[in-house]
Amino acid sequence: MIPPAAFFVLAAVLFVLGVIAFFVKKDLLTQFMAVEIMLNAGNLAVLALSKASGKADGQALVLFVITVAAAEAVIGLAIIVLVFRQRKSIRTDDLKDLKG
Amino acid sequence: MAELFWLIPIIPGASALLLLIFGRRFSRAWVALQASAAVLISLLLSTAAFLRLAQSGHGAPALAKELLAWISSGSFSTAISFRLDELSAVMALVVTGVGFLIHVYSAGYMAGDKGHPRYFAFLNLFTFFMLVLVMASDIVLMFVGWEGVGLCSYLLIGFWFDRPAASKAGLKAFIVTRVGDAGFIIGILFLLTTVGSADIAAINAAPGAGLLSPALVTLIAVLLFVGATGKSAQIPLYVWLPDAMEGPTPVSALIHAATMVTAGVYMVCRLSGLYAASVTASSVVAWVGAVTAVFAATLALVQNDIKRVLAYSTISQIGYMFIGCGVGAYAAGMFHLVTHAFFKSLLFLAAGSVIHALGGEQDMRRMGGLRKKLPVTFPVFLIGALAISGVPFLSGFFSKDAILTSAFAGRHYALYVLGLAGAVLTAFYMFRLIYRTFYGQERSSLAPGQHVHEPPRTMTIPLVILAAFSALAGFIGLPVFFGERANVFGRFLEGVLGRGPHGLAPSTETVLVLAATLSALLGIGLAFVFYRKSPQIPSSLARRFPGLYRLLLGKYHVDEAYEAVIVRPLVRGAEWTYQHFDLKVVDGVLNGSASAAGLAGKGLNVLQSGLLRDYALAFLLGAILFLGFLLI
Repeated sequence: MIPPAAFFVLAAVLFVLGVIAFFVKKDLLTQFMAVEIMLNAGNLAVLALSKASGKADGQALVLFVITVAAAEAVIGLAIIVLVFRQRKSIRTDDLKDLKG
Repeated sequence: MAELFWLIPIIPGASALLLLIFGRRFSRAWVALQASAAVLISLLLSTAAFLRLAQSGHGAPALAKELLAWISSGSFSTAISFRLDELSAVMALVVTGVGFLIHVYSAGYMAGDKGHPRYFAFLNLFTFFMLVLVMASDIVLMFVGWEGVGLCSYLLIGFWFDRPAASKAGLKAFIVTRVGDAGFIIGILFLLTTVGSADIAAINAAPGAGLLSPALVTLIAVLLFVGATGKSAQIPLYVWLPDAMEGPTPVSALIHAATMVTAGVYMVCRLSGLYAASVTASSVVAWVGAVTAVFAATLALVQNDIKRVLAYSTISQIGYMFIGCGVGAYAAGMFHLVTHAFFKSLLFLAAGSVIHALGGEQDMRRMGGLRKKLPVTFPVFLIGALAISGVPFLSGFFSKDAILTSAFAGRHYALYVLGLAGAVLTAFYMFRLIYRTFYGQERSSLAPGQHVHEPPRTMTIPLVILAAFSALAGFIGLPVFFGERANVFGRFLEGVLGRGPHGLAPSTETVLVLAATLSALLGIGLAFVFYRKSPQIPSSLARRFPGLYRLLLGKYHVDEAYEAVIVRPLVRGAEWTYQHFDLKVVDGVLNGSASAAGLAGKGLNVLQSGLLRDYALAFLLGAILFLGFLLI
């Protein structure tokens, strides 16, 4: 039996890794993956809480989140593909048209 | 039918709305037909309600209907509710009856005008507001109608807005009456705070119930009367009415002779409980009326514009109505209001027919000899002139006599003498107008191809109907002379307005009637001598008294005095305020705040780098701060 605290630690580690990856990497695709890692770290934390409290609500919630995340990933990847087709680059430093 | 009385104002209002929105798409004939039919339905409903009231006799409750709650604030509440008692039924009949005839007349008069649908929409709208004023059961709703008719008056005076004189006259009417309305509003506010209710019945009962101190009654009554002097064109706020003649002639007949300008008289009668409780306020009303009656009559003596003569005559006649109200004979004042509505709208419409025949000419110096050329207009005009002059057995004779007799019976001898003098002047200027327009040589300046002609049937039939009423309407209010119960009109209104001063000996009454008759005949005789027998007299008189003549011709220079004392300082003050306050302070604050916002934008622009990383960093810092805040 793995104690719940271990899941929390794993979730926290994954989250921080995601944050660091997001800030360190400079291409959109990797940053997008970093965001996904942060999201799943959150999922893991919810699951751990659900298990600790002995209720199934959290697990149901996470199922929904994963479903929505799948859709979101499709749209996100599609946007990245379109950006690449237009600009021939997905480096975030090149994409600064919104500068005021 | 009588239960539907609340539809009386609603129907012309709905018709006005339709015409305002869709008027341009309707055919001309339909516009005139719809507008007239709407007023006709109101007339029929008014008649039904009137008959119900007449049958049920005294003490019967008035017809009342609350349409919807309106304002409810603290202890004060008021509803949109209509009430039809004897007084408002008479007034509603006058408004819808005369109004209907004028709608029909307008169908002919305005047939060729490009603003046709707009004209009828405004005319219907006016009828709506006037009926709201008349039937309102509380003073706040009455004020809505009061302002609404003022608005329609403005819109219709300036109907031909491409003429500078017309739009200026409309503005003048609106602004001058607004001065009076300021007094009216203050009066209403006093009533609301002291009586605590806007209901007219409650206001009339308030002085008797001790809710108002005598001084307060006087103050409120005088303040409300200030509003009436504006709306009903009495001294000192009469100056707008002569200029209002720039509007189309049927408008002058409906709004500026028969109905709207008499709203002040109606208001005083409506609140007779208030006015009767204050001797001071009543004598203010009577004296303003009497002085105006004579003052305006002297101005009518020298005018050359046919409509302006009638305008001053209207001011003078409304003065008579106020004499009646001021001496406590409210029913007599209302009686004169009714007969005046008939003969003055007749005179205006007949004058419109003359103007129409002469191709728009209004100057009497270029008229004359029209008696034979206008075989319908001349006799009806003559009937109207005889009625207003007070020639026996026509309507004006009875109503003017009722007022003067009441003034005499109330021992207001000075008012009586002023009224009698005004009657002489009235007969004189009316027959001056008749002789110069219909007799003598033709002086028209029509182009050779045109000729003088009677207007179409839609215009002459209303004239004939109004002439019949002008001649016969007097018999509803016969003096005591003909028996104690002869005054049908007075007895009908007795429940609302009381009886007024009475109780003169029959012999005294006979003398008074004779005096009134003689003064009318004297005026007509003088006019005959001056303008028919020896036409050189007026000009030689003008030469002998040049100062007086110029004073009259210059309308006592009241307009110039107002211009110098009120208008110009106001304009100069406004100019100064514009230069120093508007341009510097108001515009400065506005421009300052705009450029401050611009500067702030420029400064904050630095943060908008367009780089995803920067935004994410801000996001992260925000999240950390938030977390830290939660944890600590």
